[in-house]
Amino acid sequence: MNLYEALRMAANGLLANRLRSSLTMLGILIGVSAVIMLVAVGNGASVSINNQVQSLGANVIYVYPSNARGSGGVSQGFGTGSSLTQADVDAINNRQQAPDVVAAIPVAQTGGQVTYANQNYFAPTTGTTTDFPIVRNYQIAEGSFFTEDDLNARHRVVVLGQTVVDNLFGSTDPIGQTIKISRQSFRVVGVFASKGGTGFGSQDNVIVAPITTVWAYLTGGRGKFISQIIASAASPSVVSQAETEITTILMLRHQISDSSQADFQLQSQQDILNQANSIATILTLVLGAIASISLVVGGIGIMNIMLVTVTERTREIGIRKAIGARRRDILVQFLIEAMVLSGLGGTLGILVGALVAREAIHIPALATSNFPAPVVSLPSVVLAFCVSVAIGLFFGIYPANRAARLHPIEALRYE
Amino acid sequence: MIALEKITKIYRMGRLEVPALQGIDLSVDQGEFVAVMGASGSGKSTLMNIIGCLDVPTSGRYILDGTDVARLDDDQLARIRNRKIGFVFQSYNLIPRTSALHNVEMPLVYAGEGGRTVRAREALGAVGLADRERHQPTELSGGQQQRAAIARALVTNPAILLADEPTGNLDSTSSLEIMRLLSSLNAEQGRTIVLITHEQDIARFAKRVVELRDGRVVRDEKNAA
Repeated sequence: MNLYEALRMAANGLLANRLRSSLTMLGILIGVSAVIMLVAVGNGASVSINNQVQSLGANVIYVYPSNARGSGGVSQGFGTGSSLTQADVDAINNRQQAPDVVAAIPVAQTGGQVTYANQNYFAPTTGTTTDFPIVRNYQIAEGSFFTEDDLNARHRVVVLGQTVVDNLFGSTDPIGQTIKISRQSFRVVGVFASKGGTGFGSQDNVIVAPITTVWAYLTGGRGKFISQIIASAASPSVVSQAETEITTILMLRHQISDSSQADFQLQSQQDILNQANSIATILTLVLGAIASISLVVGGIGIMNIMLVTVTERTREIGIRKAIGARRRDILVQFLIEAMVLSGLGGTLGILVGALVAREAIHIPALATSNFPAPVVSLPSVVLAFCVSVAIGLFFGIYPANRAARLHPIEALRYE
Repeated sequence: MIALEKITKIYRMGRLEVPALQGIDLSVDQGEFVAVMGASGSGKSTLMNIIGCLDVPTSGRYILDGTDVARLDDDQLARIRNRKIGFVFQSYNLIPRTSALHNVEMPLVYAGEGGRTVRAREALGAVGLADRERHQPTELSGGQQQRAAIARALVTNPAILLADEPTGNLDSTSSLEIMRLLSSLNAEQGRTIVLITHEQDIARFAKRVVELRDGRVVRDEKNAA
């Protein structure tokens, strides 16, 4: 018996009970579309996190002060130390010592109420140097970035991210306007082009000023503190070399010989990406696992219906055996029937799931929130199809085997 | 063609042993037309199951067309049924929702043989159903269904045609038609036919009558023509 005959028989069997076949298929359809949709949501989150992290600037390496240690060796928590200095930044910027680093910038981060006219807003203010746009991969949309002169003279100038502009200025041109940060006046000299990230930690929600200005006017009490150093490696392939160079320079400068005692720590963009990815992968797996439960329920539905079908068609099985069908022929016939049922349900489920995933962002409730657009991936589609056929196989084996083992005489007598 | 030697069949019902056949010796030669008669409980259904390779005897030898089939397993029996035996049942037993043509093709499907459609059309033509090949069983009369079943039995060119009460569900006109068809298959094509019946009128079409009672052959004689 060839595959064509087997499929023809399966189609015949399924068409004989259209309503029943459709309802059984619906079970698999719902299961598969749930898997496709939820995995797409997980993928979408992963893609959106990736984009966001990527938009922080390629090849970026962050250097943080380590937890400060009290005299008893008690850790005081992440970022409480203030071990980094401008001299460290200069050393990393030395091409001889760190050939794989393109540029390194100090960052002094502070928060504060920002006001313009009667608008007010809250955004972090970053004090840094003129290499900031290169290292962090920002483009200037309007005006210009602050200059070396601004840095040396502690000019009170700022460059704003798009989100800050939207919230403070509306339709007014911000260039040349004066805003107040923590009641100090600053002149807007430039606006960054939007990086498009959304949600928490948006790259457009920034105010950048010369680090000297921030020290002088905003973080006065804390001296020339540097909350982190951001360095940019020449290319993604030399990020780890650059990390080694930075570590060597800082250990030497801070007179530390044991790396476990280091008063700073490095984190590359890759590390952050890996962390974000592993979280997204867990999310995808959990969502997929929840959806898989409905797939199992659909499979049990197939088994149920196939058992009913086998009982109903006992006589037909007897006839087929009488005219020469072997056990294997009967087994294959009912297995294929179950697999066509689940495979077809799976295919329709993939279509429905993909369609819903694609249209999900148009649902008003989701469109207004920061819901990442679901992404249907090819592997999930292929896997869903294979799994649905496999479910037909798995849940079809018992009923098909039962059919194959019927005794021809008893099957023929069955009314 | 068929040689049964000391065939016994004992059914076990719990601890009770029920002998259905108690030593049957019977041989049927090529081209014979034999009617097996007997009241219900005489063992004729059991004999027909054994001849038809649907069941195996408890003891004894059964040679069908040169093969000892008494000790074969399920799949080997299926192959024998497919190649050497053509069944005609009382209740036609066509597969529902399947055209006459495809019903007739079915044994060839299981045999894995080619040229199915052509051979199935030939077989349908031979029983006078050439114009009904697209009809499903429910769209055919009883007589037509039985003729389609005969076509299905013949399509593999089997060694014997085994007809179990083929006219049991038919009116007298259709019965006559079917019996004439079987007679002509025997007379003109030399088909070996074993007919199981309890009706004297039907047995009269056969050339030889074997009568069973309590699992034994009690009469075996040529029919006066």
